[in-house]
Amino acid sequence: MSTEQPTHEQQAAARDATSWAKSVSRLNVAEVPEGAVNINVEGKRLASPIQGFGKMWQKTYQVRLPQERVSATDLIATWKARFPDFWPEGNAFYGPLTGIEPGDVALLNMALPGKMKLSTGVMVLYADDESFTLMTPQGHMFAGWITFSALERDGETVAQAQVLMRASDPIFELGLTMGGHKQEDRFWNQTLASLAAHFDHDCEVDTKVVCVDKKRQWSKWRNIWHSSAIRSTLYMVGAPGRALKRLFVRDRAVA
Amino acid sequence: MPEAATTLDVREASAQARVIEIKGDITAASEDVLMDAYGRASGPGVKAVVLDFTGLDYMNSGGIGLLVTLLVRAQRQKQRVLAFGLSDHYAQIFELTRLDEAVSIHDSEEDALAAAGAS
Repeated sequence: MSTEQPTHEQQAAARDATSWAKSVSRLNVAEVPEGAVNINVEGKRLASPIQGFGKMWQKTYQVRLPQERVSATDLIATWKARFPDFWPEGNAFYGPLTGIEPGDVALLNMALPGKMKLSTGVMVLYADDESFTLMTPQGHMFAGWITFSALERDGETVAQAQVLMRASDPIFELGLTMGGHKQEDRFWNQTLASLAAHFDHDCEVDTKVVCVDKKRQWSKWRNIWHSSAIRSTLYMVGAPGRALKRLFVRDRAVA
Repeated sequence: MPEAATTLDVREASAQARVIEIKGDITAASEDVLMDAYGRASGPGVKAVVLDFTGLDYMNSGGIGLLVTLLVRAQRQKQRVLAFGLSDHYAQIFELTRLDEAVSIHDSEEDALAAAGAS
């Protein structure tokens, strides 16, 4: 029996084969769960910070847990398996029941001020035992990705969510400037606090915000065409009309 | 897990272009070495920074994020970023993340330098 250990290169290749999503030109939602709205994901392209409009931000949120309570890999396994459970109330993540796997597309209903709901989605770009990354589609409030990771350092397990983003279009940029950034900070602070609480640990969330690029990419203003905010609003405004239409069609069928 | 080893060497390809040779892994942990290499590559008169991925073993999403940050720094200096030596797999990752819309990918160093007008 061979006892040869795989080389670093072989291990790297093996990680690669399973960790990255397969290449897709446009997103496809296999199944729309009850309660989810798929008006801003199907057929959309992914959007990195390069395709966004606003200033570029890197936001890092961290919590530290005693390492004896949970290891980094166990923490990530739990986070992947129960990802929606840690989100603040009023926001919904409709992902596959199997957890987070590369290439999965999840639909999101996000709570906005004024009881508005924003329907959007994300794709799992990358996932391994120590981290996973969600990337946004065109029309999402920001163009970019969020990487969730954990590492062990000085007897602690550090769980982290790091967002690299630009607002997708001028309207979202305005919204982020006028309270949206604070709301997003609250969102991830609550998420990480819930994650820590799951492991019976009560702690502060460290937040670090860095403006990577102060320049706005004015050439991308046309992204507004894909705006999930505008499309979600129109969808909500049209809800009574759709309900009437359904009623009318049902009555005709009965007659 | 083995230690992720990253070595970045910088060399002058022409008066206007520098090549950063990447060997090993590019992950979020590579931030300091990558930005240090960019600092050494970037200087007065440098119009193009060429990334040589021939020696790349592994890159995760944290590594892709670092490349976006490097790109922003280069754009601020009005420099182009080009790449060569990417395996088919990583060329697909560049396409998937749409990094290829800002970093032009080439088959060889000569092609990259020619595209940068710096050969």
